[in-house]
Amino acid sequence: MEVRVAFSGPKSLSGKEFTYCPGCHHGIIHRLVAEVIDELGIQEKTIMVAPVGCSVFAYEFFDVDGTVAPHGRALAVATGMKRALPDRVVFTYQGDGDLAAIGTAETVHAANRGEKLTTIFVNNAVYGMTGGQMAPTTLLGQKTTTTPYGRRAENDGYPIHMSEILSTMRGVAYLERVTVSTPQDIRNAKKAIKKAFLAQIKNIGFGLVEVLSTCPTNWGMTPVEAQQWLLENMTKEFPPKLFIDRVGD
Amino acid sequence: MKKLMMKGNEAIAEAAIRAGCRLYFGYPITPQSEIAEYMSRRLPEVGGTFLQTESEVATVNMVYGAACTGKRVMTSTSSPGFSLMQEGISYIAGAELPCVFVNVVRGGPGLGDIQPAQSDYFQATKGGGHGDYRLLVLAPSTLQEAIELTMLAFDLADKYRNPALILADGMIGQMMEPVELPPMRDLSTLPDHSSWALTGAEGRAPRKVTSFNIDPYGLEEMNKRYQEKYRRVEREEQRWEEYKTENAEYLLVGYGTMGRILKSVADRLEEEGLAVGVFRPISLWPFPDRRLKELSEKVRFVFTVEMSSGQMVEDVRLAVDGRIPVHFYGRMGGVVPTPEEVIRAFKKLL
Amino acid sequence: MAYHGIVIAGFGGQGVMLMGQIIAEAAVIEGKHSTWLPSYGPEMRGGTANCTVVVDERPVASPVIDSPTEVIAMNYPSMVKFGGRLQSGGILFVNSSVVDRDIERDDIEIIKVPVNEIAEEVGNPRVSNMVMLGAFVEVTGIVGTEAVKEALKHKLTGSKSALLELNFEAVRRGAEFVRRR
Ligand SMILES: Cc1ncc(C[n+]2csc(CCOP(=O)(O)OP(=O)(O)O)c2C)c(N)n1
Ligand code: SF4
Repeated sequence: MEVRVAFSGPKSLSGKEFTYCPGCHHGIIHRLVAEVIDELGIQEKTIMVAPVGCSVFAYEFFDVDGTVAPHGRALAVATGMKRALPDRVVFTYQGDGDLAAIGTAETVHAANRGEKLTTIFVNNAVYGMTGGQMAPTTLLGQKTTTTPYGRRAENDGYPIHMSEILSTMRGVAYLERVTVSTPQDIRNAKKAIKKAFLAQIKNIGFGLVEVLSTCPTNWGMTPVEAQQWLLENMTKEFPPKLFIDRVGD
Repeated sequence: MKKLMMKGNEAIAEAAIRAGCRLYFGYPITPQSEIAEYMSRRLPEVGGTFLQTESEVATVNMVYGAACTGKRVMTSTSSPGFSLMQEGISYIAGAELPCVFVNVVRGGPGLGDIQPAQSDYFQATKGGGHGDYRLLVLAPSTLQEAIELTMLAFDLADKYRNPALILADGMIGQMMEPVELPPMRDLSTLPDHSSWALTGAEGRAPRKVTSFNIDPYGLEEMNKRYQEKYRRVEREEQRWEEYKTENAEYLLVGYGTMGRILKSVADRLEEEGLAVGVFRPISLWPFPDRRLKELSEKVRFVFTVEMSSGQMVEDVRLAVDGRIPVHFYGRMGGVVPTPEEVIRAFKKLL
Repeated sequence: MAYHGIVIAGFGGQGVMLMGQIIAEAAVIEGKHSTWLPSYGPEMRGGTANCTVVVDERPVASPVIDSPTEVIAMNYPSMVKFGGRLQSGGILFVNSSVVDRDIERDDIEIIKVPVNEIAEEVGNPRVSNMVMLGAFVEVTGIVGTEAVKEALKHKLTGSKSALLELNFEAVRRGAEFVRRR
C-alpha cells in the first residue's frame, strides 16, 4: 500500500532514490517524517541522527543536517547535539536492533532524562541490514538466520516490548505504537509522529513513535504476504496503542 | 580425506567446534555474520550453547565469564564490534583467561564499509585496550590455514592462559575454497584448568580470578608475570611462511590475504627473470622478527604491502633495523590491491 | 591453459553466485584447485552481484585477478564493466536474452546465449543460469559435465533435490546450443 508521491515529494526529502527493498515500510515512514517536518516548518532547524541498520542512509534521504551514530548510540549523539543547541529540533531514526538491543541503555536513559528529542523506532522483528538475524523483537517461534529452529524463550528470551518499558518513564511526553499498513493507519501514524515532534518543540519531554514495519526480504515473503504477516502476528505481540500523550491538542 | 568447498566464515566456525569449543557468544556484523549463523545451527547439534547477545560489550563479558570457568569459548566480530570489545579484552588479559576472538576486518575508521581491510593491525597487536597486555594474534591467508590456526588459537590460549585472536579480513570470511577438516577433538583430552578455574569451591578453598590489585607494588608484580609470559611467547611462538626466499634478491612482506596475493606477484616477477621472495608473517604477535632480520641481510630491499596505510610495516622496519630500505605500498578503505598494481609499484623501486 | 580467472556478473537474483560455486566445486571434484570470491554487502539487494572464480592445476595464490580469462555477463552493465577487462584472446559469454548491444572489441571471442528463451523451453525461467553454465562448460572445457552434475548434487539437497533433473536438463540444453552454433 505504497503512498505514491510522484516527483513532488515532501520538501524535507532530498529526492535521492531510496535503497529499500520493494514492500519495505522504511520508505513510507521516511515520507511521513518528512511531511511532518514540512508541515511544522522546521526543516532548517532540524538535525537528524541516522542509525546503523538498513536506514543508515537516512541522513542522505532527508534534506536536513544529519550524521550517522555508531550502532545503537543515536540517542547519546542526539543528546549531545540537543544540549549544545537547545533551540534546534533533533530526531533519531532507529531500527529494533539499534534501539532495543545494542542501544537499550541509551534509549532508556534518554527517555528517563526526558531529553527533548524525537525518536522514530522502526520495529521489523529482524536485523535487516546484516541479513536477517534475530532481533530483540523477533517473535517466539520465528525463524531467522540465527534462530534456525525458531526463537525459543529458554535460550533467546522473549520479544522485548520497548514501548511498554518506556511507558514507565516520567521523562516521556509522547509515546505511541502504530502501523502503516492501511491509509487510515498511515494518517494515524503521521499524527503520532507530529505529536512526538511537538513534545520536543514545546519543550515537554521525550517523544517516541514505534512503527511496526515489514522486511519482506528477510522474512522471505512477498510484499503482500509480509503486510499480512505483520497484521496477523506482529500486532498480536505488539498491539498498536497510545501509551503517553502529554502534548495535548 | 575428502576436500570440501567451504566459505571462510563457516570453516572457522566448524574448526572451533572441532577444537572442542561448545560456547559461542556473538552479535551480528558483516562480513562475519555467517560464523554466528553457522554456530546457531551447529552448536545445538553437538550439545553446545549459542547465544546471540545484545551487543559486543555484553559479548566480550560473556566470554570473560565463560572463560573464568575454564571452558573453551569464542566469539567473532568485525572491526567496529572488535573496538567495542577492547575494555573486556583488557580485563580478560589481566585475569589471564584463555579464549578465542575472531576479527574479520573491514574498512574503517568509524562505520567505514564492509570490504576486506587490514587496518586493525595496530589494535590487534599493540594491545587495543588499556594497560600493558598482548593478544596472541594469528593471521590466516587460506581457508585451510584458517582452520588450522583456529584450532591452534585454542591450544595457545590454553597453554599461555591468554586470549588469542584470529585476524582475518572480509575476503577470508566470504570466499570459498577446498578444505580438509580435522577430526573432532575428544573433549576429554582438553587441557585441565581445575587448578585455577572458578567452578564453585566445593571441597577446596574459594579462589579468585581478577585483573585487580589496588596495591601498585602488587599490580606491578602481576604485570611482571604477564611480561615474563609475553617474552616466552616471543621466544617460542613466532610463525611465518617463506615463498621463494632461497635465492631472492628482493623480499615482499605481507600477511593474510595480502600474503597470498604477493605469491602471485612473486610468480609473475619470476617469469620476468626477477628473484623475488615472499615473507608472510603468520603470527602477527609475536611478530616473526628474528627470521625477517636474517632474511634482510640477504636481499636488496624489502617491500611491504598491506590493505592499510601502513601498520605492520612499522614492525618490519623494527626487524630490519635500517640495514636495507623498507618500502611500502598500501590501499585503504577496503580496496584489495591486485597483483598487477603491486607489480607496477614494485617495478618503480628498481 | 591450466589457469583460468573467471568473472561471473549480473543482477542479484540471476544466480551468478551459484554458477560460480558450481564451477569452483566441479574443479575440486576433478582434483584441481579453485577459489570462489563473491562481491558482498547490501548493495547486492536488487543491485548487481558478481563473483570471481580461479581454477588452476596448482594451489591458487591470489583469488583476486586483474584481467579475467573468461567473463560471463548476465546483463548489460556487467558486460561493459567486466568485458572491458577481459584478457586479449579471452572469451566473453553474454546473456543475449537481455543484452542486445555489442561490446567494441575484436580481440576476444564472444559467445551469445539466449538463456531466458532456452530456460523457458526447459520449463522454468529460473534455470537460465544453468543454461549459461552448460554453454560455458561446453566451450571452455574447464570442467566436465559429470563433475558439474556432481557439484549440483551437493548444492541442491533436501527439498531442492527435486529440481536436480530440471537443472541437469538446463545445463545440457545450454551445451547443446553452443555445439549447434
Ligand atoms: C558495533 C556494531 N555492531 C554490529 C554492527 C552490524 N550491524 C549493522 S546494522 C545491525 C542491525 C540492524 O538491524 P535493525 O537495527 O533492526 O535495523 P534494520 O536493518 O532492520 O532496519 C547490525 C547488527 C555494527 N555496524 N556495529
Ligand atoms: S532488508 Fe528488510 S528492512 Fe532492509 S530495506 Fe530490505 S525489506 Fe527493508
